[in-house]
Amino acid sequence: MNNEDKLKEIFSSSLGIKLDDIKENLKYHSIPQWDSIAHMTLVAAIDDAFGTMLDTDDVINLSSFDKAKEILKKYGVDF
Amino acid sequence: MSFFHTLDKFSNNTALVDSFGNQYLYKDLIELSDSFASNLKSGKKNLVLILCRNNIETIKAYLGTIRSGNTAWLLTVDIDPTLKENLINCYRPDYIWQPGPDNNDYVLTEYNIERDFEIYKDLSLLLTTSGSTGSPKLVRLTQKNLNSNAQAIAQYLQLDSSEKPITTLPHHYTYGLSVLNSHLTVGAQVLLTEDSIVTSEFWDFFKREGATSFAGVPYTYETLKKLNFFNMDLPSLRYFTQAGGKLHPDLVKEYAEFSHKKGIKFYVMYGQTEATARISYLPPEHNIEKYASMGIAIPGGTLSVLDDEGKDIKEPFVDGELCYEGENVMLGYATEEKELAEGDKMQGRLLTGDIAHYDEDGYFYITGRKKRFLKIYGQRTNLDELEGSLKRLGIECACGGKDDLLMIACIDSSRNEEIKDLLVEKYHFFHKSFKIVNVDKIERNESGKVQYESVFKNYL
Repeated sequence: MNNEDKLKEIFSSSLGIKLDDIKENLKYHSIPQWDSIAHMTLVAAIDDAFGTMLDTDDVINLSSFDKAKEILKKYGVDF
Repeated sequence: MSFFHTLDKFSNNTALVDSFGNQYLYKDLIELSDSFASNLKSGKKNLVLILCRNNIETIKAYLGTIRSGNTAWLLTVDIDPTLKENLINCYRPDYIWQPGPDNNDYVLTEYNIERDFEIYKDLSLLLTTSGSTGSPKLVRLTQKNLNSNAQAIAQYLQLDSSEKPITTLPHHYTYGLSVLNSHLTVGAQVLLTEDSIVTSEFWDFFKREGATSFAGVPYTYETLKKLNFFNMDLPSLRYFTQAGGKLHPDLVKEYAEFSHKKGIKFYVMYGQTEATARISYLPPEHNIEKYASMGIAIPGGTLSVLDDEGKDIKEPFVDGELCYEGENVMLGYATEEKELAEGDKMQGRLLTGDIAHYDEDGYFYITGRKKRFLKIYGQRTNLDELEGSLKRLGIECACGGKDDLLMIACIDSSRNEEIKDLLVEKYHFFHKSFKIVNVDKIERNESGKVQYESVFKNYL
């Protein structure tokens, strides 16, 4: 599985939504499922899967699927 | 006089600043509130349903409704449409104030409701008791309740007009509302935002406006720890409060130690919607040594512990049911429209349903619960109500679990998906906050009572 698919899987399982519903522009709070509780679940799942330790700024700036990719790139994850 | 009628003492103070940069002085707030109220029919007491967001529209309607002697009923704007419909049919409000179809500007809709009774003269506010499950059980509160609790809170938190609390909780939620009320009693400035603590917008607003305090449920504090709160630079912060469920004692200790080191205050508090909001607080000077305690009664209130016969337990460390007495105790519940006519059923005395004891210094500790409910991310979830609503759909099940983890034991596994959809879509439970397990039978005792402990013993 490439990293893009891996990240989609994480979004899907953390937010409890279908894989097809994950688009580049999926944003925090744009769907009811992505609330603060789901957000922290998502962050933990990302850290787990990619072996990262996102810092505070990363966590509070991870406001879309696109943004998540951008942040992970900083940690050397290729997309 | 209640704080609703003394706002003009602070005419030229700033009352609200929202995250869009709008500012409202107290005199603006009075004008907006009274102009909202001028749309309500006079000559009778109206019930006004307000679908709440953390915005000026909500606050002016809340204040305007109560200032004009009408009854406000607060619900979350995010409530499921069918549940909302059911509640509206149950209580038949005279007006509904909610965002229009474009989800932006609020619209007031009038319904011509005929009642063969008058709404009780002192009834000012209706709040829900149980999260988003759409239960028709409401708490009936008066201006006296609201005022007494707001004043008590302002007193023990030592609030003055220089405070700037930032909103972290919604206003239909009693704890969130108490932050607004207590700060309006002292002419302070409330920072209004709908952004959550996991967004950069929240922290930008916090720093830009110099927030002096925030409130949080246990989950807020678990999240803040992950957000590295202990290393954040927040020079304007004076105090923070925690309520809405029991925060793990280790975390209380950690936050208490942090606050002492930083020279700010951390208040652990306990309360119930039935007591308007707050019942007790743990004085910050004792929050390290008594980190497992829910503290002492708020000013003007009394706490006691009762034995099985309802008698006062006079010695420390003996468990009994926690009882609270004070001016902030509700009139009573309502479960249907005609109960809006009812007066005071409680006489200022509330059996909390929590099991507790006190120590030799008179500090109280909660050790269990008499009533069957869980706190799921700060929201109370009544297990019997939830079980009842599943059973009405023909689902044979039992509901149990622990705080932040609801468990549903169900016999027919083919219904699992249906239960899951219902909980997530209709009741807005986070999909990881509950587990559905399949069992061969729901164990009952001889009298037919479900034996929850044995049903869930292998899962908890």
